[in-house]
Amino acid sequence: MTTSWNQPPVLKVRGLKVYYETPKGDVLAVDGVNFDLFKGETLGLVGESGCGKSTAAMGILQLVTPPGRVVDGEVLLEGHNLLGMSEQALRAVRWIKLALIPQGAMNSLNPTMKVSAQIKDAIIAHEGKQANKGIKPRILELLTMVGLPGRVYDLYPHELSGGMKQRVCIAMAIALNPTVIIADESTSALDVVVQRVVAQTMLKVKDALGVSMIMIGHDMGLMAQMVDRIAVMYAGKIVEIAPVKEMFAEPKHPYSQLLIESVPSLKERKPLKITEGITHDPRNPPPGCIFQLRCPFVMDICRVQPPVMRETNEGQLVACHLYPESVDGSLINVADVARNP
Amino acid sequence: MSQMLLEIRNATKVYTQRGLGGRQREVIALQNFTLNIPNSPASIITIAGESGSGKTTLAQVVLGFVRLSSGQIIFNGQDMATADAKQLKDYRRDVQAVFQDPFGVFNPFYRVEHVFHAVINNFRLTPNKRENRAMIEDSLNVVGLRGEDVLRKYPHQLSGGQRQRIMMARALLIKPKLIVADEPVSMVDASLRASILDVMIRLKEEMGISFLYITHDLSTAYQIGDQIFILYQGAVAEKGSTISVIDRPHHPYVQLLVDSVPVPNPDVKWEGEIILPPEEEMRSSVHSGCRFYPRCIHRMDRCLEAQPPLYKIDDIDHQAACYLYSDKEVAAPVETHQAATR
Repeated sequence: MTTSWNQPPVLKVRGLKVYYETPKGDVLAVDGVNFDLFKGETLGLVGESGCGKSTAAMGILQLVTPPGRVVDGEVLLEGHNLLGMSEQALRAVRWIKLALIPQGAMNSLNPTMKVSAQIKDAIIAHEGKQANKGIKPRILELLTMVGLPGRVYDLYPHELSGGMKQRVCIAMAIALNPTVIIADESTSALDVVVQRVVAQTMLKVKDALGVSMIMIGHDMGLMAQMVDRIAVMYAGKIVEIAPVKEMFAEPKHPYSQLLIESVPSLKERKPLKITEGITHDPRNPPPGCIFQLRCPFVMDICRVQPPVMRETNEGQLVACHLYPESVDGSLINVADVARNP
Repeated sequence: MSQMLLEIRNATKVYTQRGLGGRQREVIALQNFTLNIPNSPASIITIAGESGSGKTTLAQVVLGFVRLSSGQIIFNGQDMATADAKQLKDYRRDVQAVFQDPFGVFNPFYRVEHVFHAVINNFRLTPNKRENRAMIEDSLNVVGLRGEDVLRKYPHQLSGGQRQRIMMARALLIKPKLIVADEPVSMVDASLRASILDVMIRLKEEMGISFLYITHDLSTAYQIGDQIFILYQGAVAEKGSTISVIDRPHHPYVQLLVDSVPVPNPDVKWEGEIILPPEEEMRSSVHSGCRFYPRCIHRMDRCLEAQPPLYKIDDIDHQAACYLYSDKEVAAPVETHQAATR
């Protein structure tokens, strides 16, 4: 592992709020998200559909489109706040420092352009025109890195399988040597064996380049294989962040416990764990804890007071009234952090 | 009268692709598939495989959407190819379907109740309004929903899991004997999948309904399935009881497949790397020999000569189509495919 925990984080997200406007009021899609991403680290962002994980990624990239809007917060990439940056300044950051492998990336390739032309496009758009002589070996090297043969250079997307297209998208994402890659459900449309090949490619590339990655998904099995830390999101908020081992060995938040219990096993047959989806109106969350309507351990305090993030043991942070004690008595107050002058 | 509910005998479906310059290429989507589902006890039979393995072709064949190139579908002793109109209607009543996409099957302009009324009218279940409401309520209750909560709503107001359970309730209304469920949970959130799988188990146990559960996800099959068939490029690679096949896979493809399912335990990582051969090599299915040859780590010369038959492995019913087990007894000989012209 090349993760550097003792250096300042590469990406710092504080109090990020992204709302969607509807006639009946704003949907609080992302409501005060805080996390750090360190160099060389892979952070998994998990939660059910509608919990705001993809919206959070769009918020970080400043790609939220109406009716959505970023309401508040800070996204500090190597110390520079991306929020409020001009479109021109953002162009210098996107792809060069912050690359995205979008959901269904393989369908985002242009069917009328050869693979080589598309990768070249991405490079030229950000670095300016340059001689073909320099670019071709660079593209071939990128293809080799993601485990594709050189002949892919001259092929069109329809001549490639899903897994190969996905790897072309990874090659494009790393073309400019970014600091952070955000991968949104980037392997979920693939067959199991191909998914494994693509996932292993991503890990190899990540280690080779020392890049940091945010992996968005809902497959806990895949997360266990790929990430260093996991952040669990529920209804627009992060309810727990922990190193992957701790998360699987001892999930603290009742929702994390539920997520991990609901992973079907290939080792033993066990009774199915049945749950409902998000139950409250996302425009009007209940006061107190957002998980109270589904929580099996709900207490009186949960209905009135939102829990704050506490570090229950090293590296494991959880927002739940079941854990009132921190290791060192410290509180990480979401509201305080969010209101940064 | 046969004791079998559904018999699929040597089902083969060949698609002809016309390439540039009028060259024709045959793609065998399903080859010599045989399956028997008894009337009782009800069971959940999983058909698993990657995309292009023929699992959806099989579902479409059973539902009557595509015609077989050769082979038979026999329902309650009646060959469906020669069935008359009444027999076909009975078949469509006894065999129901639940599809992959819980978002695409609803008409967004109608309230949820429309789905149920359409079925009641089509099969003339009851002319009585009160009775028909009671029937809908009963079938909704089985899948854990209440009529007052969902019937007057529009599809977009429900979650994917709820919609998929409504499709189960719709199928249930007609009291079918078999439900073909084509990837019913793959578009539903992981945490909500259990609610649908649970409905499948209960329909099987309480109502005696069998399922043809088509999926690419081995872990859900492992949790609820009785028998499993694993297809690779149209042919059965391995079959048997789900537990036996997944605990002790014998075919090299099935071993690779089981091994590739990510384990939800950070201490158990994938071991080794797989290199996929070039796409065209994988897809130009070896017509004479084993389909898995280009990717197989145990391949032998013999595998190119003829397609391996299913050999009986340890268990009564556990069979694998691989020459590694050629010392075992042959379960069924391979019938070579002749260019189909129908």
